[in-house]
Amino acid sequence: MFEYGFLQQYWWFIISLLGGLLVFLMFVQGANAMIFSSGRTEEERTMIVNSTGRKWEFTFTTLVTFGGAFFASFPLFYSTSFGGAYWVWVLILVSFVFQAVSYEFQRKAGNILGRNVFRAFLVVNGFLGPFLVGVAVGTFFTGSDFYVDKNAIGGLSSPVISSWGNSWHGLEALASVPNLLLGFAVVGLTRVLGSLYMINNISDETLTGKIRGRLVFNAAGFLLFFLAFLVWLFTCEGFAVSEDGTVFMEKYKYWHNLLQTPPVLVIFLAGTLAVLYGILKTSLKKGYRRGIWWTGAGTVLAVTALFMLAGYNGTAYYPSTADLQASLTVSNSCSSEFTLKTMTYVSFIIPFVLAYIAYAWRAMDRTPITAREMDATEDKY
Amino acid sequence: MVDTALIGWSRAQFALTACYHWLFVPLTLGLAVIMAVMETVYVVKKDDFWKRTARFWQKIFGINFAVGIATGIILEFEFGTNWSNYSWFVGDIFGAPLAIEGIFAFFMEATFVAVMFFGWNKVGKKFHLASTWLTGIGASISALWILVANSWMQHPVGMEFNPDTVRHEMVDFWAVVTNPVAITKFFHSVLSGWMTGAVVVIGLSCWYLLRKRDVRFARASIKVASIVGIIGTLAVMFTGDGSALHVAKYQPMKLAAAEGLQDGGQRAPFSIVPGVEIPGMLSVLATHDIDGYVPGINDLLNGYETPDGVTGISAGEKMARGDKALEAFSTYRETRDSDPEAAASARKVLEENVDYFGYGYIDNKEELVPPVWLVYWPFRIMVGLGCFLLLLMVAVFWFEHRNRIEKMRWLQWLSLCSIPLVYLAGQAGWVVAEVGRQPWAIQDLLPVKAAVSSLDKGAVMTTFFIFVAVFTLFLAIEIRIMAKAVSKGPEKAPEDSAEQENS
Repeated sequence: MFEYGFLQQYWWFIISLLGGLLVFLMFVQGANAMIFSSGRTEEERTMIVNSTGRKWEFTFTTLVTFGGAFFASFPLFYSTSFGGAYWVWVLILVSFVFQAVSYEFQRKAGNILGRNVFRAFLVVNGFLGPFLVGVAVGTFFTGSDFYVDKNAIGGLSSPVISSWGNSWHGLEALASVPNLLLGFAVVGLTRVLGSLYMINNISDETLTGKIRGRLVFNAAGFLLFFLAFLVWLFTCEGFAVSEDGTVFMEKYKYWHNLLQTPPVLVIFLAGTLAVLYGILKTSLKKGYRRGIWWTGAGTVLAVTALFMLAGYNGTAYYPSTADLQASLTVSNSCSSEFTLKTMTYVSFIIPFVLAYIAYAWRAMDRTPITAREMDATEDKY
Repeated sequence: MVDTALIGWSRAQFALTACYHWLFVPLTLGLAVIMAVMETVYVVKKDDFWKRTARFWQKIFGINFAVGIATGIILEFEFGTNWSNYSWFVGDIFGAPLAIEGIFAFFMEATFVAVMFFGWNKVGKKFHLASTWLTGIGASISALWILVANSWMQHPVGMEFNPDTVRHEMVDFWAVVTNPVAITKFFHSVLSGWMTGAVVVIGLSCWYLLRKRDVRFARASIKVASIVGIIGTLAVMFTGDGSALHVAKYQPMKLAAAEGLQDGGQRAPFSIVPGVEIPGMLSVLATHDIDGYVPGINDLLNGYETPDGVTGISAGEKMARGDKALEAFSTYRETRDSDPEAAASARKVLEENVDYFGYGYIDNKEELVPPVWLVYWPFRIMVGLGCFLLLLMVAVFWFEHRNRIEKMRWLQWLSLCSIPLVYLAGQAGWVVAEVGRQPWAIQDLLPVKAAVSSLDKGAVMTTFFIFVAVFTLFLAIEIRIMAKAVSKGPEKAPEDSAEQENS
């Protein structure tokens, strides 16, 4: 029923979509980054923490599922990147781990470190999480310093398939300007998403008024970095793959990808426009609270398209600068046909999962968070 | 040669993460059932007392839950960060359960745990109750998939080695899911979580009895927990028996190490402690036949033949065949493009010996023996404590039922002091399972030394100590917050008075 080639493309699409959803759901991180700057009073901070606190597990779970799906569908990426760019992934994990416990612990009696330290963990994760995820995704376009030698498994002395070319183990990604641009763009985007989410989810004129006032600055920061990254992306040499699997450098590769795959172009443009529309309408129309839907949906589309640019149309999605031919493509790094097929059947359950998430989310968010609710309820972080 | 210190630190880091993770997970699994039963009683009886009882344990659940998630994500990613060779070599099989775990289980947990914590005043009673159950079911399903993955490491099934892609590839998903080891392990592990939840609830409730406060709440909690705990423990024992059969069949070296059995045979004795044995008992446990043959460590290393003619080949022979497999693999890879005939014959040799592929990495046969004391003693701790805790829970249930528990201070003390024991039992169980599997990452296919990522040992040492510090900090905070929450106690009824609580 499914061709192997189709399954590879399909799973790259699922990975792209999960990437898009993950960046959207990092509105949690974006909002958390503003706990101290936007929340001036304890009441306001409590509202922010509880507003994101009812959603953080979706972000976290999407991160875990992103990892799990990558493992199942493109295990060579999992082994090469995680084992190679060790420090970047460890830092991402540690920042998310601190986030995971901070909600529950921050206001509890006996928490040893005190409320503000836990909130500071949320702020640190709010910056570091999106930034490092952005930098890591940046390497999908800039390349990484690794080797892959499958024959090594037959050697007794060092039977290691994937090895990293330097002892920085991923930290060197921070020395690449395009990676940094994407990192900062993701930070900016998550701050925009966080702002729009809070405007929608919290009913408190003073707090949301402040957030609204700063939206334009956050948006400007995001756009600056994002546009700079796009300019680089569409003018750089990209990692192309020929029919026989040979990887070679191609000028304007990602620009070509955009033009040569119309669906990706449409998704990318629609996403970008929706992101901008949500921001503009919220900034210009007083009392407008639905910007998160536009910008959120736009983010999912735009980021999905970005991943598609990295992997479709004969492109190596995880290129090696150390050995071009070691670069990972959707076809040389994927699981077997049987596994991809099995996982494809499993993926049909996703709409059902989304449906119950939407149902529960609606039930919980029927009324926005207010200072009064925070004051009255025991059921809060 | 892969740096042995790197292997050691990588193993230490994974063991650390797994051990910490298993401090939090069993309580999640057990409390989920206990609080869901309590909330069900509330919805059926419409008595607010049960709502307050359920809410209290949900609070404890919440404090514990977050740390379980935090340690869990690290565990998942460590397969990639620290065991990268492993991730490629068997990722085609191993990745699928992890992805399914995320899609099926984690989203269920994440969605409904938020409704459970924050939805009391936002959704209807029945929706809330369903959310509480679904949180627990989600946690159990997630355990199912990770245990499917773990069981595959103990007893790999449903795959074939593909020398072109240099990995094992799944050919039968159903075989992976219904791996007999997985089914036994699932019930054994999840129901041991019920034990943990039960012992914790009973122990903490006894603290209230010792303080003579919140007595009705404490006794109600004891009643629910002891029933859940007794059911769980009996099932754990039953599946433990099944587990012994599987270990005997698929991982005989683990069994021999767990028994410290140097030389096996028929009517093998079960060692209670060194020097104290029950004759024939090990044969009964391992084969369900008193005359069953159980090989010892030396038999497994030197080869053996059972009385009914089954032969176990020696470690030396396995290693020779492993060498052959590795050599044939390399020849195949070298010749597959240039010399199809040589490649075909190399492939044939590889296929004949592929079951022993992992033995090719073994330098001397002593490596094949896991550290015996580290399997032998934890096994005794696990089984001994399991039996003790069953007796304790039966006693607690009985005396609660007979309205005598309030007066039995010794039993209250004993229950309170037993809380650490249930954790010790759970940890010991995993030590038996994982240390007993050594030197293998995947039984017979890939030793840990060929599974590890190519990293500097300094990097892994650094992250090891970072994780030690972070997890220990979290544990300390969790215990302190829990202690405060317990000392605060359940919410009081609006018309609450001490007399009423004690009536």
